[in-house]
Amino acid sequence: MQKVFDIKENKQKFDELLAYIESQDKSQGVLMQTLHKAQELFGYLPIEVQKFVSEKTKIPMAEIYGVATFYTQFSLEPKGKHTVGVCMGTACYVKNAQLVLDKLAKELNVAVGATTEDGLFTLEATRCLGCCGLAPVIMVDDTVYGKVDPKDVPEIVANYKK
Amino acid sequence: MYQMWCVYGSMSVRCNHQKVEKEGAIVDRVNVTINGASLSVPKDYTVLLAARDAGIDIPTLCYLKDINEIAACRLCVVEVDINGRPMRNLPASCVLKVEEGMNVRTNTLRVREAVKTNLELILANHNRECLTCYRNGSCELQKLCDELNIGDIAYVGETRRPVIDQVSYSIVRDSSKCILCGRCVSACRDVQGIGILDFTKRGFETEVAPAFDYSMADTPCVYCGQCIQACPVAALREKTNIDDVWAAIDDPDKFVVVQTAPAVRASLGEEFGLPVGTRVTGKMVAALKRLGFDKVFDTDFTADLTIMEEGTELLSRVKNGGTLPMITSCSPGWIRYCEIFYPEFLDNLSTCKSPQQMFGAIAKSYYAEKIGVDPKNMVVVSIMPCTSKKSEANRPEMEVDGIRDVDFSLTTRELGNMIKQARIDFKRLPDENFDKVLGEYSGAAVIFGATGGVMEAALRTVADVLTGEDLEVIEYDVVRGIDDVKEASVTLPIDGVDTEIKVAIAHGTKSAAKVLEAIKSGEKTYHFIEVMACPGGCVHGGGQSHVSAKDRLDVNPKINRANALYEEDKIMPLRKSHKNPEVIKLYETFLKEPNSHLAHKLLHTHYDAKKQYTIENQGEFDDLL
Repeated sequence: MQKVFDIKENKQKFDELLAYIESQDKSQGVLMQTLHKAQELFGYLPIEVQKFVSEKTKIPMAEIYGVATFYTQFSLEPKGKHTVGVCMGTACYVKNAQLVLDKLAKELNVAVGATTEDGLFTLEATRCLGCCGLAPVIMVDDTVYGKVDPKDVPEIVANYKK
Repeated sequence: MYQMWCVYGSMSVRCNHQKVEKEGAIVDRVNVTINGASLSVPKDYTVLLAARDAGIDIPTLCYLKDINEIAACRLCVVEVDINGRPMRNLPASCVLKVEEGMNVRTNTLRVREAVKTNLELILANHNRECLTCYRNGSCELQKLCDELNIGDIAYVGETRRPVIDQVSYSIVRDSSKCILCGRCVSACRDVQGIGILDFTKRGFETEVAPAFDYSMADTPCVYCGQCIQACPVAALREKTNIDDVWAAIDDPDKFVVVQTAPAVRASLGEEFGLPVGTRVTGKMVAALKRLGFDKVFDTDFTADLTIMEEGTELLSRVKNGGTLPMITSCSPGWIRYCEIFYPEFLDNLSTCKSPQQMFGAIAKSYYAEKIGVDPKNMVVVSIMPCTSKKSEANRPEMEVDGIRDVDFSLTTRELGNMIKQARIDFKRLPDENFDKVLGEYSGAAVIFGATGGVMEAALRTVADVLTGEDLEVIEYDVVRGIDDVKEASVTLPIDGVDTEIKVAIAHGTKSAAKVLEAIKSGEKTYHFIEVMACPGGCVHGGGQSHVSAKDRLDVNPKINRANALYEEDKIMPLRKSHKNPEVIKLYETFLKEPNSHLAHKLLHTHYDAKKQYTIENQGEFDDLL
């Protein structure tokens, strides 16, 4: 994960991003959706990607960086192949979400907010995911797991190690 | 013999209260009550402007007229009801438009307490080292704390981790002083069209900073210093060289000469409480002599020299099919802007060094020889309205045979500080004259400090040279003023054929970009363009005296200071650069003729395209584009 971002290896993604930028209606603000697209394509927003967006949209770098660092859904660091989010909203919290988070950190051997050494998982504590009836809730990529018991954690994780 | 007309003066139309009054047009007005007094005001007014008309001073901090009107600091809040219906909460008067039947109160207990609390919250995260602060005495935050009777620090807690960036030669950014008002952000992004600084991160960590926390020296910052002009505190300031200059003056082995740019004389007095745009040429010279400089000279001398070199270059390009339009190169902020953002126009730039650099080169060759001083022992100090000049003086190209043209470049504000430090009573100084030889100048040189001035000076000389006459009509009103882009056309006999010469003037990098884009698209063609990086030209440079947001409601420094220069031009016995007797002598005895081999060696330079936000794998990135 430490190596320099490889521009050549990602050429196709840059092409796709450019096509997306060019398809946008320029009369309206294009920054948010462009950064979402970039985050989706590259998994994070390294300086190379932000420079590219700046060159192609003529939006100043500082403004792009400002938006990228304001919203938590954008990341400046590479994320793991899978993102595990543990809801720490009120309902989940009182239903012992902290224990689930601790168990995940132990199982994956990673600090909260960081990515595992094999690049497979990023562990995050999130705000309310909006399904309090299922508390405590975790989300792996786009899949929601409800009423999670710390005991269930190894099995859930194992599904994504395959 | 020649004719001239204005093609267009594109003008930004703003609801500016002075304009409404001046034009005397019938404007829709509304009736409002402010603190019990009834008044009728134009309906596009904000409550802040209406109060100002009524003589009521509402405190502001993030507000900067026409530049930053974002209601962020909440110091201008007021209590309002409309036809008896109270508005919820306390609206910010800087963005609240007046309405018929509006009743505004600015001085209730509720307002006073809210304003005080808001100010105390700003202070909680501010580095309060006021006694040793660069803006001690000119700080807008400090002034408000005094006026609003802040007796103690109400909120004490964690403070942000300070970031101090002093890598560039020009600008220092100190985040511990920043109050997140956003004035610099708007000045850079919206006025100059560059956008080096923006709000980054969020919540407590919020910081106004360049992308990726780069040093400003590693960004496409052109060092114009308009952010410094906008900053109400000392979060942005110039990198000072005052102590370097004192050391040089104190060194008995050094012969220290000083040059003053034209715009400085129109602003220096403000450092001592004189009205904005007071012309203080004689007092400035007297002060410099008392500071201990060995000779006090004028950059205007080399402004005249610039006209000779640049005018000759222009005629040669027109006659010999050289690259046109030719664009002026006096403004280092503009040069850096062109190198970074429009490298395709580098061949269009005049190869002339700026007057500051020409001065250094002539002082350390021609003048040093004349007075028998070893150029190695000569120190050239310049007083500039500019922060970018500091970086220009340090450009690697700006030396001749290993000798730097200019050793130290100070801003108008730094000179003001030195004069105060030396305990000189500026206002009581007599008027004195510049020293001989490099202190001789024409009226044409003085107006270099205002937008359009270089163009007017060039036209005065070029028209004379081409017609072979000593023309009496020398005031070119069409190139004066602060319209966004100014255009003009002059018909002049070139090799006996009447030729139409089209010129344009841009000030501010955003307006420069507009002109360059119009050329690229083929929409416009010109022969000669004057560009200054700062709106209004050098009189409104980043190194000039600070004018508070409050004072800017009443005066426009661009106009007042330009008027001071045009006034000096009018009273000068010589008003054309090519008539400057010392410039004539310089050519006769030293340079031989404009654009000669020696002139090229000393007075001309070259430019290089510069990359922005360079990264480790820049080469691959360039291939990608």
